Amino acid sequence: MNEFNYTVKDFKSENEVRWCPGCGDYAIMNAIQRVMAEMGIAHKDFAVISGIGCSSRFPYYMSTYGFHTIHGRATAVASGVRCANPDLNVWVITGDGDSMAIGGNHFIHLVRRNINLNVIIFNNKIYGLTKGQYSPTTEKGFKSKTSPFGTIEEPFNPGQLVIGAGGTFFARSIDGNIKLSQEVFGEAALHEGTSIVEVLQNCMIYNHGVHDLITDPAYRAERQLMLKQGEPMRFGEDNRKGIVLEKGKLKVVTVGENGITPEDILVHDATDPDPSIHLALIRMHLPEFPVALGVIRKVAAPTYDREMKEQILRIQENRKIKNMDDLLRSGNTWEVKDNGFSNGREK
Amino acid sequence: MKEAKVIEMDEVAIRFSGDSGDGMQLTGTLFSDASALLGNDISTFPDYPAEIRAPQGTVGGVSGFQVQFGQKEVNTPGDYAHVLVAMNPAAVKANAKFMKPGGTIIYDKDAFNEKNFRKANFTTDDPFTELNLIDYVKIGVPITELTQESLKDLGLDNKSILRSKNMFALGLVCWMFNRPLDYIEEFITSKFSSKPTVVQANMRVLHAGYNYGMNLQHMTPRYMINPAPIEPGLYRNINGNQATAWGLLAASEKSGRPLFIGSYPITPATEILQTLAERKDLGVKSFQAEDEIAGITTALGASFAGHLAVTSTSGPGFALKSEAIGLGVMAELPLVVVNVQRGGPSTGLPTKTEQSDLLQALYGRNGESPVAVIAASTPSDCFWYAFTAARIAMERMVPVVLLTDGFLGNGSEPWKIPSMADLPDIHPRIAKNPGNYKPYERDGNTLSRSWAFPGSEGFAHRIGGLEKNITGNVSHDPDNHQKNCEIREAKVQRIVDMIPDLDVYGDPEGDVLLVGWGGTFGHMISTVRELRRKGKNVSLAHFNYIKPLPANTGEVFRRFKKILVCEINLGQFVAYLRDKLPGFTYYQYNKVKGLPFTVQELEDAVTKLLEA
Repeated sequence: MNEFNYTVKDFKSENEVRWCPGCGDYAIMNAIQRVMAEMGIAHKDFAVISGIGCSSRFPYYMSTYGFHTIHGRATAVASGVRCANPDLNVWVITGDGDSMAIGGNHFIHLVRRNINLNVIIFNNKIYGLTKGQYSPTTEKGFKSKTSPFGTIEEPFNPGQLVIGAGGTFFARSIDGNIKLSQEVFGEAALHEGTSIVEVLQNCMIYNHGVHDLITDPAYRAERQLMLKQGEPMRFGEDNRKGIVLEKGKLKVVTVGENGITPEDILVHDATDPDPSIHLALIRMHLPEFPVALGVIRKVAAPTYDREMKEQILRIQENRKIKNMDDLLRSGNTWEVKDNGFSNGREK
Repeated sequence: MKEAKVIEMDEVAIRFSGDSGDGMQLTGTLFSDASALLGNDISTFPDYPAEIRAPQGTVGGVSGFQVQFGQKEVNTPGDYAHVLVAMNPAAVKANAKFMKPGGTIIYDKDAFNEKNFRKANFTTDDPFTELNLIDYVKIGVPITELTQESLKDLGLDNKSILRSKNMFALGLVCWMFNRPLDYIEEFITSKFSSKPTVVQANMRVLHAGYNYGMNLQHMTPRYMINPAPIEPGLYRNINGNQATAWGLLAASEKSGRPLFIGSYPITPATEILQTLAERKDLGVKSFQAEDEIAGITTALGASFAGHLAVTSTSGPGFALKSEAIGLGVMAELPLVVVNVQRGGPSTGLPTKTEQSDLLQALYGRNGESPVAVIAASTPSDCFWYAFTAARIAMERMVPVVLLTDGFLGNGSEPWKIPSMADLPDIHPRIAKNPGNYKPYERDGNTLSRSWAFPGSEGFAHRIGGLEKNITGNVSHDPDNHQKNCEIREAKVQRIVDMIPDLDVYGDPEGDVLLVGWGGTFGHMISTVRELRRKGKNVSLAHFNYIKPLPANTGEVFRRFKKILVCEINLGQFVAYLRDKLPGFTYYQYNKVKGLPFTVQELEDAVTKLLEA
């Protein structure tokens, strides 16, 4: 609780939510609204910016300031919002098509600049709003309306792009796990810099069950690695399994087998500026590895928006030009005396 | 020694030309500034290649700078140059067509050698005869040798020595045209203050050039151009891109809205971004985006957050921004899009001027997507039209496209410095009543909505690119869509109450009305003046406001027997006029060579029409 005493209701708009029944987006929105209610930030200071796609209808369902923009550009629009007003808490709602395909360029440059935005990627590995075409995160070989014989292209892993672009924050969650989502969204919102959260999201209609292998409750323990800062990377039934670093690579081990002790297990440090282990965690996939969830990377670095503001303040202190009249009269000027002519220019 | 012949002239055009690396742009700029300081009216036209350094000595690598200065009002850089300064044979070849018959060519004798003739693709050793420049005054000066001679004891390497050649030419031309050197000396001293040897070298060569002219007076005539009758006041030289940037800054100060520019470098518009990036002292937030689309979309974000938002570009970049301009139209956010037009289509002629993006500005988007379109007409009035574009955008909650062009952007002229107190106030339509804010509630007269920014208590709302109702919520209602399409168009049309009536230069009625828009003003007005001096019944209507058109446009047109629309394109404004004001017969004169009009060709076109 905080001075505002907001509840989730304070962040819901009067609009009827029109995602398909059972869509993972409902749970993600719920988690975001809970985080906003608890952050201790005034309602007026939230802005939610989205692009195009199912997830991008999000702002209409929120009671905050919202801007539903155009395909792929939400990250750029939000960059402008935050640079204009660094006091705002700005969220970008995007999908795998919006952020990884048409908006790929803005995405990597946002990450490179480290502008303080919270970007939530709803990754369902499919184009839902256009009714079922493969996306840049779709697994190779997947059959869809535009790949009737299977795709012949490798997918992006959003976290890899974040690391490649020098990102400071990356987390992963699952739509159905509201508690985890809330936790990572909260961390993302507090992180000073560009926070990218990939949410594995299920599309009921066009890609139902895409993440089932990971989310199936029966195998959850074996297939999900919940990362916690400062804690060993343990998973599996009774936490018997763990991740170790061997010859520069990650490896799954069982504690108590082959002489493995709890001390051998890698301890998670999201704050390590060196991204090598973060990248290895991001790349882990079934069946050899569990899928890493939680905050994978969170390092401190200067943000573009803050530096922009500080640079302006610093220069304003030292420069002689304080207003337009000063500027207009600066540099090379000359006085034309009245020489008896007054016809002047015609315009 | 014979006294030099002194010729008094109303106006003179000089063209400086050489390799891209010869420093001709700087030479031309310094000469122009010195002339303006002397009280001449001036107009300049840099003409440079798209390549930064094309192969040395080739025609493709020639960079030129033309300046016209005079003792009367000067509106154009001059159709043809009286004097050509040519640093090599390629410069003569590239520029002969821009010279007045019988003009004077000052050339570096040392560069006129076998090697350079071949590089410039001359087939003989006599380029002047080959180009049929028999009746021209040709003054060969050993510029390279004399430059080397005057710097031989400074211990500079040959490359640095040769870099000073342009100062020799500048000194010589300053003598010919009776310009004192003090302004140029000051410039050199402050520009290279950290490199005393460079200052010394440039000064020496500058004076060597000046003295060469003085000592060999018999070779060169000397010209006298008295100060022009210009309005008293404080002046500065300004080019169109700088004036555009400053106009936006002025609008920011007047409106109290901080300035955000999101842009991507593109010729010939880059200088606007650069000029604004320099103005952190005035609080400018400049964002060099990853591409043209991010330029405009970051600007839209800043506009949503309450800033005066600007994006600057040229034709190809403008095309990339189309979808986002549409978002600005739908979201009804204030936004200024500056298009410094260049030759198109595609990459076209990046460093050359054209007016061929007019229809793109008016119509180049999906859907019914009206924006206001205005155009500047001289380098210095870019200030006023940029200011006005921002004023319209913020008072009417609409994207405004400001069209300038390469000719205006790079061209410069003296400008009487305005006082901020003399500029009109700007009243952004900032929402006032919290609690029951409806983003698309409109003012009954202007039809514009009001502007509320994130961070303000009681105004939380959603907007977006989908069609919506008064609350900003999505609406697919057919009648609502039709109504909103009509309102968005009507909103732009109602801007007519902010814009002045169309002026006519010359008599309000007559035989021929010349019609132009944007950057051709200087050539158009010079043509009309010239024709009227010859007794022709010709007037000019020059448009700065294109959408909406000034209210009296039809009335003005009605009073003339013939209307001749002149454009640097194949007929875009005339097509728009035929659509908006049918019932008139529009004649047209079009040129698309990447070059400004010449007064001569416009005169010929009017004369032909008068005789028809």
